[in-house]
Amino acid sequence: MTAASSPHPPDRPQTMAEKILSRRGIRTVYAGELAVVDVDQVMVVDSIAQSFIGRMEEDLAATPKFPERVSIVVDHVAPASTVSVAQAQKEAREYAARTGVRLFDVGRGICHQVLMEERLAQPGWLVLGSDSHSTTYGAVAAFGTGMGATDIALAAASGKTWLRVPESVKVTLTGDLQPGVTAKDAALEMIRVLGADGATYQSIEIHAGDRFTRGERMTLANLCVEAGAKAGLVVPGGEILTDYGYDIPDWVYPDPGAEYVREVDLDLSNLRPRMSAPSEVDNVHDVAELRGLKVDQVFIGTCTNGRLEDLHAAAKVLRGRRVDPSTRLLVIPASSQVMEQALEDGTLLTLQRAGAALGTPGCGPCMGRHQGVLAPGEVCVSTSNRNFIGRMGDKDAQVYLASPAVAAATAVMGRIALPEDLGREPVRGAV
Amino acid sequence: MPRVWKFGDSVNTDDILPGKFAPFMAGEDVFQTFAFHYIRPEFAAAVRPGDVLVGGRNWGLGSSREYAPQALKKLRVGGIIAPSFARIHYRNLLNLGIPAFEADLTKVLQDGDEVSLDVETGVLTRGVDTFQLPPPPDFLREALREGSILAFFKKYGRFPGEQPGEQSAQGDP
Repeated sequence: MTAASSPHPPDRPQTMAEKILSRRGIRTVYAGELAVVDVDQVMVVDSIAQSFIGRMEEDLAATPKFPERVSIVVDHVAPASTVSVAQAQKEAREYAARTGVRLFDVGRGICHQVLMEERLAQPGWLVLGSDSHSTTYGAVAAFGTGMGATDIALAAASGKTWLRVPESVKVTLTGDLQPGVTAKDAALEMIRVLGADGATYQSIEIHAGDRFTRGERMTLANLCVEAGAKAGLVVPGGEILTDYGYDIPDWVYPDPGAEYVREVDLDLSNLRPRMSAPSEVDNVHDVAELRGLKVDQVFIGTCTNGRLEDLHAAAKVLRGRRVDPSTRLLVIPASSQVMEQALEDGTLLTLQRAGAALGTPGCGPCMGRHQGVLAPGEVCVSTSNRNFIGRMGDKDAQVYLASPAVAAATAVMGRIALPEDLGREPVRGAV
Repeated sequence: MPRVWKFGDSVNTDDILPGKFAPFMAGEDVFQTFAFHYIRPEFAAAVRPGDVLVGGRNWGLGSSREYAPQALKKLRVGGIIAPSFARIHYRNLLNLGIPAFEADLTKVLQDGDEVSLDVETGVLTRGVDTFQLPPPPDFLREALREGSILAFFKKYGRFPGEQPGEQSAQGDP
């Protein structure tokens, strides 16, 4: 893709969502219209692979129109936990070999992280994923959206999909984060303000200037779906412009005067660390309000917060400290690249020495299928994105969502804590 | 006669079908028996074909997994009425041909009410009361007439709203 101007010049100002869907369709479109649009990349995860293959081969009798635009990622239950899961993953491998679509197998990592690393999401692209957190691609101004197996199969078969062009909510982030406050906290605050259905059917367009790394932008875009959004588009800025060699077309930026259904301004300089309490993501509190609650498990990982910088934030808190004996800490890097870098720079050694249990790159226990699900009555602090009843194990388990730094401090104390609470915690030897 | 099963606000996809009971975890033949396993454990055994689910706002928030609506499809749920639906789930319902109506009937309908729902006209009847539900958008009705968007695509080789033979201006990424 080049930085050429749109082939469908708009007759009035457009949002990012309107621009990308216009670019990918046959005409200029605005919010509320139906658009049939070209898809740049279709992502299939292991847990729907069987359904996807069934739709393709039995219902549609089709092969992928553009195999190079389809990726299958084995990440949700990887390595396999049961024979039936192993069978489904085997079928996915065989399908990839048969059709020439990409396969990222066990251990490569979480779908969204892998697609970003492999540059299969680019500014101005339309990326469909069979996972609701496909909004993550908005970190690099790609229109990423989640769909079910039928939609995903139709897109793979035709190279297209249909979309109602979403209205957009403009979220403007200003001010600088205080030390110890992170993009996760900003995202949870955004969800608190919007509500879990505050952006249903809509796109969230985040204006943050040059703030935030690519990884932090992924955290922000990832959580947009928790406000119901179809996509979460972060206006390119900061290291997106300078560090990754993206070709960012001029047309992808929103026009001055574009129409928004709602505008929200958040001053980050006043923000304190945030936590979602059970059992809805928009049940957001100041961590200080929840401080002291006994915690059985801490989980650091997932497509929200399993990147190198997240592991660094946890290691900074855990260096020279130990996980409280009454608590267990699971750390699962988001991808093999993250794991390799964290091995090379000593981060994983720091976490291991602090008492973390390390897992294979992938989704881990986030959706309650393996690797650390919770017993009845257990409490978990997780860096993931959902705390629904029964999601990470038993229905009487409780999940709190927080940043990696808060999760790490909680692991040390065995109770919900802020990093600043560790001041009097003895440091047990240098690591 | 179909009955009403009433739910509250924010029924999520893990409520509808917990992830750990997805077909490839629990088995293709039995996964639907875990529908609403935690929030209404009696549901799967007691629901009858054509029964109508009445929910509050933001029905179906959460995962894109189609297993949640598939479980309801296998149990032959007649339709879902809620003031608002999460968008991925709404698409999944339509793709599978499960009628979804955006209306708030939680105050007027009660659990166990006997009702009839005419999907084509969107008229719901309970005794002497009738409720006109808003129809889905035109292009979706176009698809639902064929049974589902999948069926529409199979028949016409295009999406609803797409003109035959239209090519987009964009080439490869």
